[in-house]
Amino acid sequence: MIIKKNHYLFFGFIITALVLSIAIIGFFWTPNNPNAIDSSNRFASPSTKYPLGTDNFGRCILSRVVEGIGATVLVAVFTLIIGFGVGLIIGTLTGYYGGWVDELLMRSGDVVMAFPSILLALVFISITGTGRYNVIIALGVLFIPSFARVVRGEFVRIRELDFVHSAKIMGAGPLRIMLVHILPNAIPVLLRFLAIGFNNAVLAEASMSYLGLGVQPPDSSLGRLLSDSQPFLFTAPWYALSAGVAIVLLILGFSLISEGIVLPRSE
Amino acid sequence: MTLKYILKRVGVFVVTLFVISTLAFIAFSIIPGDPVTRMLGMNASEERIVEMRSELGLDKPIHTRFFKWLQSFVTGDFGKSYSYSIPVRELLSDKVLTTASLSLMAFVFVLAISMPLGLLLSRYSIISSKGAKSSFQRAIISAATALNQIIMSIPPFFTGIIITYVFGLILRFFTPGAFVPYSGNPAAFYAYLIFPALSIALPRSAMVIKLIRGSVLNEAGSDYVRTAYSRGGGQWYVLLVHIMRNALIPVINFLAMTLSDIVAGSIIIEQVFAIPGMGRLLLLSISNRDYPVVQTIVVIIASVVVILNLLADVICQYIDPRIRIT
Amino acid sequence: MFAFFIGRVYHVLTRVPPYGGCEVQYEGESSKMKHARRTIVVLLCVTMLLLMVAGCNRNEPQESQTQTESPDTTEPVRDDIVIGIAQDIDVSLDPHLMTSAASRAVLFNVFEGLVKPTPEGFLAPAVASSFEISESGDTFTFTLRDNILFHNGEPVTAQDVVYSISRVSGFYNDGTALIPAFSIVESVTAEDENTIVIKTTVPNIEFLSFLTAAIIPENYDAQETAPVGTGPYMYVSRSPQENLIFEKFDDYWGDVPSITHVTYRILDNTEALMMALRSGTVDFCSHLMSSQMAELQGLGYNFEIGTMNLVQAVYLNNAVAPFDNVEVRRALAHAINRSEIMDVLADGLGVPVGSSMYPAFSKYFTAELADYYDYDPQKAKSLLSEAGYPDGFTMEIVVPSNHGPHIDTATVVVEQLREIGVTATIRLVEWSTWIDDTYRGRNFEATVVGVDASAMTARAMLERFSSTNGSNFINFSNAEYDEVFAAAISATNDEDQVLLYKELELILTQQAANLYIQDLCDIIAINEDISGFEFYPLFVEDLARLYYK
Repeated sequence: MIIKKNHYLFFGFIITALVLSIAIIGFFWTPNNPNAIDSSNRFASPSTKYPLGTDNFGRCILSRVVEGIGATVLVAVFTLIIGFGVGLIIGTLTGYYGGWVDELLMRSGDVVMAFPSILLALVFISITGTGRYNVIIALGVLFIPSFARVVRGEFVRIRELDFVHSAKIMGAGPLRIMLVHILPNAIPVLLRFLAIGFNNAVLAEASMSYLGLGVQPPDSSLGRLLSDSQPFLFTAPWYALSAGVAIVLLILGFSLISEGIVLPRSE
Repeated sequence: MTLKYILKRVGVFVVTLFVISTLAFIAFSIIPGDPVTRMLGMNASEERIVEMRSELGLDKPIHTRFFKWLQSFVTGDFGKSYSYSIPVRELLSDKVLTTASLSLMAFVFVLAISMPLGLLLSRYSIISSKGAKSSFQRAIISAATALNQIIMSIPPFFTGIIITYVFGLILRFFTPGAFVPYSGNPAAFYAYLIFPALSIALPRSAMVIKLIRGSVLNEAGSDYVRTAYSRGGGQWYVLLVHIMRNALIPVINFLAMTLSDIVAGSIIIEQVFAIPGMGRLLLLSISNRDYPVVQTIVVIIASVVVILNLLADVICQYIDPRIRIT
Repeated sequence: MFAFFIGRVYHVLTRVPPYGGCEVQYEGESSKMKHARRTIVVLLCVTMLLLMVAGCNRNEPQESQTQTESPDTTEPVRDDIVIGIAQDIDVSLDPHLMTSAASRAVLFNVFEGLVKPTPEGFLAPAVASSFEISESGDTFTFTLRDNILFHNGEPVTAQDVVYSISRVSGFYNDGTALIPAFSIVESVTAEDENTIVIKTTVPNIEFLSFLTAAIIPENYDAQETAPVGTGPYMYVSRSPQENLIFEKFDDYWGDVPSITHVTYRILDNTEALMMALRSGTVDFCSHLMSSQMAELQGLGYNFEIGTMNLVQAVYLNNAVAPFDNVEVRRALAHAINRSEIMDVLADGLGVPVGSSMYPAFSKYFTAELADYYDYDPQKAKSLLSEAGYPDGFTMEIVVPSNHGPHIDTATVVVEQLREIGVTATIRLVEWSTWIDDTYRGRNFEATVVGVDASAMTARAMLERFSSTNGSNFINFSNAEYDEVFAAAISATNDEDQVLLYKELELILTQQAANLYIQDLCDIIAINEDISGFEFYPLFVEDLARLYYK
């Protein structure tokens, strides 16, 4: 992993820093109260008071987008932490050791993946209740199998390579082989999947909120904004567009960074 | 690929389906809501609810209901939809065809778009990374990857709406909402599915292209690749014969996941394009608490996912015999 | 009623549209004809035509120019209509088992009862040609219409009527009436081949309005999948989540409809629905939002604006603290700003209501009740302190997630309650969950929904609030109310009954049983070539009256 003069990384960092700093500022300050209703100023075009105009309630769209980015980033990051964290452990162990535990875990992964996620989400939500933190738990668990599968795939591939065999012959313990020999070699692929996973987490949050299972109104998240703005796509395109662009930038920045880190070894 | 192996996988398949249908049944008893109150609505009398519940056999304990369902299911009787009062088999036949056609079409698009473009992009990425190519080529590759990144970052239903707007309302290549069932006119049916399939395929193709490129570049530095080059192998030859063999493994895994994702996740695109498919029926049946329909769809989707995963394992092993299937 | 519509349309015309595209309307508005029509685009077309005739002398045929797709004069008039509906007819097609309002609205065209409702809110004879109610109010005598046929060609006999009424009354199962109101039916008999007598156990003159229940053939057992009735349209086919197809019934006893083929296309996603409307593949669609109306301007649609015939309110669980305290409920009633809610939801369209009665029930509706609690946050705050909540409290509002207007209303209400120190949160639930857990389980603090009437009687709206009623989901319990209600339902004189029902409405308002908001507006887009649409005081759409100009 040599980071050289690297446009991906450069632009990725700039975009992500921009979006994240907006999100962080949004935790402390927004131009207007994102939930304050101004019924005399509905669907206002962008102005100095409302830089991105207002929505159907007369709420400041910019403030809602800023708040929404924060909420979505929070959900996505914690979803990845749970999903990737647990997935990595499961994938590492099963990928390295194989055997019936591997078989069992991979098959139960199949079960979770084959189970309609909406039904699963509904079950989670009816146990834990709706709201931001419950969405994180539900999505995190949903993400475990796909990560575990990818990690396992990489481990299975690498554990058969010559240098792993050599390490074994030289007496390295399993933990050392896993962490020192195999894991670093798996990182490029894992990072690529992390980018896709982040992407999926953001979209999953959107679908959950779209189905009314995620962040509850009046609170904002990018998913809620997208579904809220849908009916006004033609009349107030900037509403849907600002939420859509925020999502695109968020995902774009993140995946550019990962693209930048994962440079070909041939360079 | 011994007989033992085949038997084992079939066994796993059956167990998985059993576990999934059990879980779905349990899930339904956990989530609040009840098919009878849902059907009878706000003006129902208590007596009527009790009566209807016993008509549908819902007054029995859950394990009795489950085994009764299982018994008739394995004999090929999928039951009768609560909300539509027609046999599930009849209700589903059209929907399965629609969703299967949509998913396969989308998958073909993914392959048709991502394979050639992915390989092309990979090939030139390798060359340029050897530092031998012009800045023009570098610029093209950067632009292509950047575009790829952007396409990948657009949520599918957003793509759907944009496609509907551009191709449906402005260019009028198709009429949004004018879905034609297969039984009505097969040609029109497939024609209508083109744009929805494209909306599903675009972001996923971008993901696959990215994965191919990443995977190829990852392999490109390996010793065996250097060896292959040093033996005088041409760019395309080394790429297709040596690199792809290894680089394809994560790609195939991802493609299998993609296809099962497409099948299981067709709901949103079916919504955006008003396609009466299985995903939308699942969503509706869940919210109507229509168990017989949900159970059947869950089993169908689960079968598809499990079979595709199995297929991915087999293909990966075929490509790289080092991955042992046990 | 009519005056109300004119007022409303004028209101729309003078209002600044949310987004451009409607400027031409202002020309219409400034001309002399601003109060002449209920519909908007008609005005627009006429104005444009006048301008064209006056201002230019081109020889082109003078037809509507608002829309490129409008048919040429040479084109034959269409005989089909495509109706977009946002909700599938998701229950059995058997009219006696049908419960959802959306299904009733659609199958209104296929089935008829002994009587059927009229747009004016009366009951007109249908399968019966005449009827009589005894002085005592417990015997209903019907004369069967001559030469009336079912869709399958069989004549309707007195026996079919007896069968249908017996079936709804539960005589063929364990005695549970399929429609609760029929539990009072004591007997139904055919006196001769043209006369049917229905006796009830208690006097109930309003029972007539439930006799809109469908008359179906006795010897036919496929109602669930291939329904047969006597209405102006007959059922042809259905494909779940896709469409529902009707065809006109040529042997209908009344005026045979002008439009032959009817296709209901199920478009349960807002975008898909709007795309279909924009591309012109749908001719008729109801329950649009005002912003959608603005969006569809100039695309070949006329708009009819009425109300949904329901009472939208923040329904409060009167049995849980703090809502068991009438002072708290009154305080909250002062905190609700109806006009803000209505502005946000539909540019001010809709009709404010102050009790559980909506304006289409013109006989019973008391408009003044809407002003009983003026919007006054200061007063609300002081009432709250007097009630022992100087710092407010927290509450949860449950909202069914499939009803956009209710979610939006709850969103505004949360902000309005914040003004008086009450912290409300919203919890979205699926409709099934709402019915089971919130409505039947009564497991909630507050919920925003619309409550409608299943039949054209005030009783259908007010019965649920009597303390022992099974549908009293808000646990309202008031001795005076129960007393007046008992008197109202046994009244045999219509005038007395009306007064008693109005008294009930007043009690609900005084007790601030719920935070009443409005009867939501109903905006309908109709292909501008189609006329004849009329609103009903019930949630139905009568297609038989539509025709191509």
